[in-house]
Amino acid sequence: MRKLSLVSLPLLFAAIDERMPLYLPVRSDGRVEFTRWMGGQDIAFTGNTDRSAKDFFFPQSEELMRLRREGKRVEVLDTRREAEDFVLFGVRPCDVKSFDILDSVFLAGPVDSYYATRREHGVVVSLACHLPSSTCFCSAFGIDAADPAGDVAAWLAGDTLYLRANTEKGERWLAAYDTLTEPSDENAIADLQQIRDKVSALPLAKLNTAVFGGDKLATFFDLPDWESLSVACLGCGTCTFVCPTCQCYDIVDFYTGHGIQRLRCWDSCMYSDFTKMAHGNPRTTQRERFRQRFMHKLVYYPAEHEGVFGCVGCGRCLRKCPQALHIAKVMRTLGKED
Amino acid sequence: MREEALIPHIGVVTEIRQDTPDVKTFRVVTPEGEKPFTHIPGQCAMLSVPGIGEAMFSITSSPTVAAYLEFSIKKCGCVTDWLHQMEPGQQITIRGPYGNGFPVEGDLLGKDLLFIAGGIGLAPLRSVINYVRANRQRYGSVRIVYGSRSKDDLVDYREILEEWQTDESLEVYLTVDREQPEWDGHVGFVPSYVTELQPDPSQTVLMCGPPVMIKFTLAALKELGFADTRIYTTMELRMKCGVGKCGRCNIGSKYVCKDGPVFTFDQLGELPDEY
Repeated sequence: MRKLSLVSLPLLFAAIDERMPLYLPVRSDGRVEFTRWMGGQDIAFTGNTDRSAKDFFFPQSEELMRLRREGKRVEVLDTRREAEDFVLFGVRPCDVKSFDILDSVFLAGPVDSYYATRREHGVVVSLACHLPSSTCFCSAFGIDAADPAGDVAAWLAGDTLYLRANTEKGERWLAAYDTLTEPSDENAIADLQQIRDKVSALPLAKLNTAVFGGDKLATFFDLPDWESLSVACLGCGTCTFVCPTCQCYDIVDFYTGHGIQRLRCWDSCMYSDFTKMAHGNPRTTQRERFRQRFMHKLVYYPAEHEGVFGCVGCGRCLRKCPQALHIAKVMRTLGKED
Repeated sequence: MREEALIPHIGVVTEIRQDTPDVKTFRVVTPEGEKPFTHIPGQCAMLSVPGIGEAMFSITSSPTVAAYLEFSIKKCGCVTDWLHQMEPGQQITIRGPYGNGFPVEGDLLGKDLLFIAGGIGLAPLRSVINYVRANRQRYGSVRIVYGSRSKDDLVDYREILEEWQTDESLEVYLTVDREQPEWDGHVGFVPSYVTELQPDPSQTVLMCGPPVMIKFTLAALKELGFADTRIYTTMELRMKCGVGKCGRCNIGSKYVCKDGPVFTFDQLGELPDEY
């Protein structure tokens, strides 16, 4: 484990960004988003970003290839490039866990090369959650906010930043800044229990996940509650876009004026045309689309991933849904909690 | 650069056959004139017209055809409209094969087979039927029940007449929805024709057709004593990636593009009724 005094943090950030682009949560115009470091910014060490960090590995839209079609001839141009090294600093424990879930989809065979190259070149430095929000419930999904994963884990305690490498990649990365940090005792961070106490006192910490799981299709699929839960859903897709684990996508061709760009864009199972095809739509109303999103996170995903849920309790859908129809409400209603 | 499933290959459409008023069959090879890839009957491929879009189609030719792949495609949307107006020699893109296919080298070996198809639903089954014909001694009896709106809507009618009906090792039962001139065969819907034929429930069923045909034929088969485990079908859902990632063809914990499209009805019984 390494440590450095907070007064030296700008030096560390400058040194990191000199080697590879550094992105970290920056507060600006009332929002917090991962932003390229440039010094003098209002860095958000508490709370979480408005949008998750999934864009860095799975961008909202990206070029898959270019194509040409002239008369009877067609050309496919592989425009892929190896990603460049970058660092995400201050990723919260919930969002770090979401990368495992994205990995389970994109890195399962056949490997998605677009995602894989960014994942290989990105260094994830997590930050323990010293001040979780009232909308957080990561502990319900077994995530320890006091001891996050990631290539390197970081803690803020008093006027000191502690850094511990979790992976080989993290170890190599951290060693590059040895001159700016000093060795630290593994047990130097005294407030781990304090973080855990704060998290377990959160209003949603006791959200019951035990009633859900891969074998619960028959228990929940036909419940009449889906009707009352979904009736106010606008199908706007905000939940999907801010969700760190939602990864459905669309592929569309776009005329650039010089050829055709084949793009991959985020999509949402909450949209009415998501499953629409020539012979009809298997999910005809918002009730079915709403049910799909939550059943996928709480039942379908765990069925194929040894019981791991497709939610990390980041609470973004609680904060962002214009109709307050979030996963905590769904879980409480289906689980018959008050 | 590593392999990438989403990046397609060039395919050349060498032959286009007008099968019915709204179905054409397209023959596809590589620019070098070879078969784009080998497949298992029931598997699918992504075809695209750059700038128009990409869509998943079942491969209708048998793997035993060495020279090309064939796709029977109904005109019913942006991509299919474009495919229908193109001319031979046109290049498109192709990637695949995708999905599990029918277990022609597994469960189906040695079995008595009953094929039931409606309309364009013959397309994926034609691949299996011709594979079985090419390996005839390895399978039991073969019966084919095929129905369509009219005689003109029977896909691959010429092959059915010239090859299947003349093949003594097959029994072919055709039906059309309504009486029409120049048709002296059976008239009626597929489900009631199946009931009329009283097939032995020891046969293994391979069924594909419009949802309404599937629904009533399944009921008819169960009435006759067929077990869900002995009835195979192939599903159609909207797909974008073909490799189980884009999320569109997700039903329950399965992805039709990679876990399907072929399922038995007992497997479908484990999934939510959203197809």
